[in-house]
Amino acid sequence: MSVPLALGPARPVPLSAVNPVAQLTAIVVVTVVLLVSGDLVTPSVLLVAELALLPAAGLTRPGDVLRRTWPLLLSAAGVAWVNVAFGSLDGAEAWVSGATWALRVVALALPGILLVASTDPVRLADALTLHWRVSTRFAYGALAALRLVPLLAAEWETIRLARRARGVDGGRNPVAHVRLLASTAFGLLVGAIRRGSRLATAMDARGFDSGITRTNARGSRLRPLDAWVVAAAVAVCAVAVTASVLTGAWSPALS
Amino acid sequence: MAGPVPGTGPVQHDGVGPAAVRLTGFGFRHASRRAWAVRDVDLRIEPGQRVLLAGASGAGKSTLLRALGGLLEPESGDVAGELTVDGAVPDRRRRPVGMVFQDPDSQLVMTRAGDDVAFGLENTGTPPALIWPAVDTALDAVGFDLGREHATAALSGGQKQRLVLAGALAPRPGLLLLDEPTAQLDPDGAALVRAAVNRAVADRSATLVVVDHDVEAWLPLVDRVVELLPGGGTVEHPSGWRPAPLRMPARRVHSPGEALLTAQAAGFAYRGAARPALAATDVALPAGRTLAVTGPNGTGKSTLALLLAGLRAPSTGRVVASPALTAGLRRPGLPPHRWPAVELANRIGTVFQQPEHQFLTGRVRDELSLGPLRSGAGAAQARATAEELLERLGLAALADANPFTLSGGQQRRLSVATALATAPRVLVLDEPTFGQDRETWAELVALLAEQQDGNRALCLVTHDAAVVTALADDVLTLGAPVPA
Repeated sequence: MSVPLALGPARPVPLSAVNPVAQLTAIVVVTVVLLVSGDLVTPSVLLVAELALLPAAGLTRPGDVLRRTWPLLLSAAGVAWVNVAFGSLDGAEAWVSGATWALRVVALALPGILLVASTDPVRLADALTLHWRVSTRFAYGALAALRLVPLLAAEWETIRLARRARGVDGGRNPVAHVRLLASTAFGLLVGAIRRGSRLATAMDARGFDSGITRTNARGSRLRPLDAWVVAAAVAVCAVAVTASVLTGAWSPALS
Repeated sequence: MAGPVPGTGPVQHDGVGPAAVRLTGFGFRHASRRAWAVRDVDLRIEPGQRVLLAGASGAGKSTLLRALGGLLEPESGDVAGELTVDGAVPDRRRRPVGMVFQDPDSQLVMTRAGDDVAFGLENTGTPPALIWPAVDTALDAVGFDLGREHATAALSGGQKQRLVLAGALAPRPGLLLLDEPTAQLDPDGAALVRAAVNRAVADRSATLVVVDHDVEAWLPLVDRVVELLPGGGTVEHPSGWRPAPLRMPARRVHSPGEALLTAQAAGFAYRGAARPALAATDVALPAGRTLAVTGPNGTGKSTLALLLAGLRAPSTGRVVASPALTAGLRRPGLPPHRWPAVELANRIGTVFQQPEHQFLTGRVRDELSLGPLRSGAGAAQARATAEELLERLGLAALADANPFTLSGGQQRRLSVATALATAPRVLVLDEPTFGQDRETWAELVALLAEQQDGNRALCLVTHDAAVVTALADDVLTLGAPVPA
């Protein structure tokens, strides 16, 4: 009764050599610039730079890229459509506004996808606790909880089947379907809490968060490469904003 | 000797070597409960001894282990008597205790094997330079040879549990506590874990206390067997003691009737999976007979059960119900997986591995009348069915209890009873005796033997050889998976 899903160590790709906190810093820089900019040129330049990094994150096959980005592309299309259909602008201006929003959404979210594709969750927790002093209780607790997510998917399926075996299904009644969904979700929640408390007990038994200062077996090194990555992010942002100003498109959202 | 102030540095081991355990009139009562979980326990365990803690479900074995592990917070209940490890109240800051629980998936934290073993060492503040040698020693001690980099998610249950054991051993605990470490494993996985424990405690560097329902399998590994009595107190069994043999049910063998359900080259593959979860299988379930499906993990036993139970559509081949089974259906031509749920429950009853997945109401009585009510029986008749089942399964005293608060054995009986409430002709059970004590085992097997006399067809998916001996007329052994 298992679903083939698992949280494993991420396979190493060129971008994995960059420390997760350097990646996060670069993401913050790009995010701030995107939030401030209100034109079409800035997100376009940043998006080109981000797309150029896809191979470094091991995303070379179009299928892989699409599998990870389809929800994002869908929501970007949705944002664009809302802008064109319900915005205050008309004609070509409406289309430019829609495209700007869609590009911003994609350019904002793509760095996150690059991070997830290239970063082992354990390395991320190590980097956050060692460099940014994020609480170990939070970081490793979240990591352990993340391991349980694939199990929840399997559990959802089991609860659903168990209900059918008991003679409970929605049949042709949409209301019954919604109620069944709610009760299955409740069953899943109960199961997740029980499993979570078992995990907490096991971690307790292994001395987690017992008041002793935790050491880290793997460490997390910051190297010159990491400084270069942040510098490159700043440089690309500068290029994007300069291009935008020179083309006369620059219209900051905060002015 | 004073322990370190919390937050100041690595654990100072008061003593290296195995721990001594003393309990004097010890008892514990969980807050909000009226009955004591453990009571009047007097026990001395000498350093390096290996003790098997036996006792029926609900005798308080797990509570006692948690107390030894220092996991019972004083504010979570009332403590009576005294419990000391190496002369002091258990305190994990002073000396690590190794604990292994049932479910490997809710014990592993990291994504790689080596990182997971290192987790406990990091928590006790071990300097990084000392961690990896200790990890390698622990992995070697349990015979885990897949390497530090192996993904924890890609391990079998037995291997995962072996890794959990390595993680418990790595900080060199003086006391190793195992709480039913093999209850969720198949026989191969269980043997793997017992071999790892044997290897790890061979040098008597840790005192060992094991709780497990499979008493016989652990006897060769332990020095003493102490039984916890349900009303409080303990009994020490003399050396050479063996548990009473399993009570086998009296049963009549029936000649095979009409095949109620047939799998014809039925197989199942997850979308995108490299190899099928179940290879094409032919099998028939005749009325009055019991089929046991056995074989190692990963051969698709549970998947076959789901196909036969009409809960999943086969991706190849088909599952066909006989006219005797489809009688009364509005569209008898449909395969079982497309029947409406109510019709399915009236014809094929399924009992899942984890009983609580199946409970839908807040009262045992409601749980039993739910099936009959949904299939159109009147309230009076549904009540009568529920009362009869309550009486027959010895659950009458618990009629108003919440199903989730029952003991494991009671939950198991209730889940079988809920499937029987709609009087299906076919009964499919997935590991019905999993993790049950001997008493529950005997009750359950007797109940299933009764069902055979009712001219029902039974299908049991099981690793339990004793259940096969007790009940099966036919055995289907699924083969090892074909390498991709």
